[in-house]
Parts: sequence; C-alpha cells; structure tokens
Amino acid sequence: MSASPIATTRTAAGMPTGRLAVWWVIASEIVIFGGLLGSYIMFRLSHDAFAAQAAHTNTWIGAVNTLVLLTSSLFAVLGHKAADAGDGPKAARLLYLTAGGGLLFASIKFLYEWPHEIHEGFTISSGTFWSFYYTAAGIHAAHVIAGVVIMLIIAPRAKRNLDLHRVELIGLYWHFVDVVWIFLFPLLYIAK
Amino acid sequence: MSLHDHAPVEPGYEVHTHHGDYIRIWAILVVLLVVSVAGPFFGHPLVTLVTAFGIAVVKAYLVAKNFMHINVAPRYVAYLVGTCLMFMLLFFAGAAPDVMKSDGTNWNKPAWVAAHEAAVHGGAGHGEAAHHE
Repeated sequence: MSASPIATTRTAAGMPTGRLAVWWVIASEIVIFGGLLGSYIMFRLSHDAFAAQAAHTNTWIGAVNTLVLLTSSLFAVLGHKAADAGDGPKAARLLYLTAGGGLLFASIKFLYEWPHEIHEGFTISSGTFWSFYYTAAGIHAAHVIAGVVIMLIIAPRAKRNLDLHRVELIGLYWHFVDVVWIFLFPLLYIAK
Repeated sequence: MSLHDHAPVEPGYEVHTHHGDYIRIWAILVVLLVVSVAGPFFGHPLVTLVTAFGIAVVKAYLVAKNFMHINVAPRYVAYLVGTCLMFMLLFFAGAAPDVMKSDGTNWNKPAWVAAHEAAVHGGAGHGEAAHHE
C-alpha cells in the first residue's frame, strides 16, 4: 500500500493543504516585512537626512535586480503551467532557470553592490538608513537564497514527474519574494 | 489523454488554474519598471511618488492576480492576506506618532529636534541622535 502525503490529498480547506500552508507562510511574512517597511517609512518621512543617505544607492543596480526577479517569476509561473500539463522535465528546466535568476540576483547584490557600498564607507552602522537598507535587503536576500535551495531540491524530482504540485508551491513563495522586492525597490532606490 | 495518463502527480492534486498569457503580463511589468525608474528624472516629487509607489502597487497587484492566482483561490485566502496587511497598518498607526512627532502631551524629544536643526543648518548629524535617546 502506498501512502500519499497529507499536503497533497487533504482538501477540507477548499484547497490542498500544502498550498494553504504556503499561503499561511506568506501571511506571516507580510507581518515580518510589513513591520520592517512600515518602520522604514516612519523614519523616512520624519528624517530628511534619509533622503541624502538614500542618494548613495545605485538605482540602476536596483532596476537590473528588479528585472532579474520579475523574469525569474515569469519562469516560475511557466514552470507551474508545465507542471499542470504534466510536463515534469519542462517544469524542472523552468525551475532551474528560476533558481538561476535568484542566484544572479544574489550575486549582483553580494559580489558587486554591497562590496562597492561598503568600500565607499556605507556599512550597516553608518546610519539609520543604512541599518534599514542592509537589514531589509539582507532579510529579503535570505528569502531569495532559501527559495533557490528549495527549487534545487524540488527540480530533480519534478524532472521525473514526481511531486509536481511542489512546483506550484515554490512558485507561490517565489512570487511573494518578488512582490516584497517590488516595494523595497522604490523605497531604497527611487525615493531619494 | 488526461493529465494523469502521463503525469504521476499525487492523487488529490487538483489542477484548476487558468493559465493566462504570462509573457504579456511580464512585458507589462517590465514597462512599469521602466516608468518607475524614469519617474525621478522629471524632478517633481509628486511624479516620483506616483511612478514609484503607485506603480509598485500596480505591479504587486499584477503579480498577485496573474502569477499567484489569488483571484481564483478560496475567498478566505484574500481575507487572510488582507488581515495581515491591516495589522501592518495598525502597527503603523500605533507607532507612527511616537516616531514621527517631536513632542506630545507630557513628552518631547529634544535630541530629535537638535538633530534636525543640525541637519538643516550643517547637513550633519543625519538625525542619528534621535535614535539613541
């Protein structure tokens, strides 16, 4: 007798439990990022010096990273579509492309953007703006890396047409990470 | 041929999502990104505000609706997410007066005022003193 995981079979809530769990994760993440962004907005509105410090962030790097995340989100949803069609190998390829986008995002941030800013003297202790900047972008980047790791775990099984529902679930999480960046980008890079 | 003829997904895994034209949505998101980056070049704070944050809201809506398919999820998912957003607003409303005002009934923040004056007059201070009260 084979056993099926509860996450894919129980639908008392009107959807598979795995998908419901991801929505719960997203809801809790909204509170985490919401508190952080809300605090940032309070300080940004009441401290003119924030604008002067934000002027040192590189809008073009932020824009490129936004494009990278938006494109990786496209790959994620196309992977979901392929999984729904039962095409595991294609879903796996698209997951790898999505993970590649996440790695590119993290590489730009950790290998170019942050070293350049630290070299310029802007560290996490350089001021309140920079504390927010490194904390918010750092927590977001940690979510990006977590998503990449999960995708690299899921993709090999998806390639063998196994656990295809997970392609949708990681995609859901990935789109949320994208949405968080959509709000971080104007806050940290445009509102100067 | 049905899905399950060639896709050994787990029993119970429902395939109900209506897949739209994702590439078109992505193209719209990229155009909106370009607009949000171009906004500050007009040099008007209101234009920057609208192109930065107004467009961010539109982009988030497009991703949530078209990529996350929140519109076809059970209604309580939207309520769940909306409730958490309300918590964020509640937090903001509760904490903002203490953070954003320099004084109130029976309290004031002299260091905050001093830091602001220093920033205005000398461009120094960066308002940091206020955070070490």
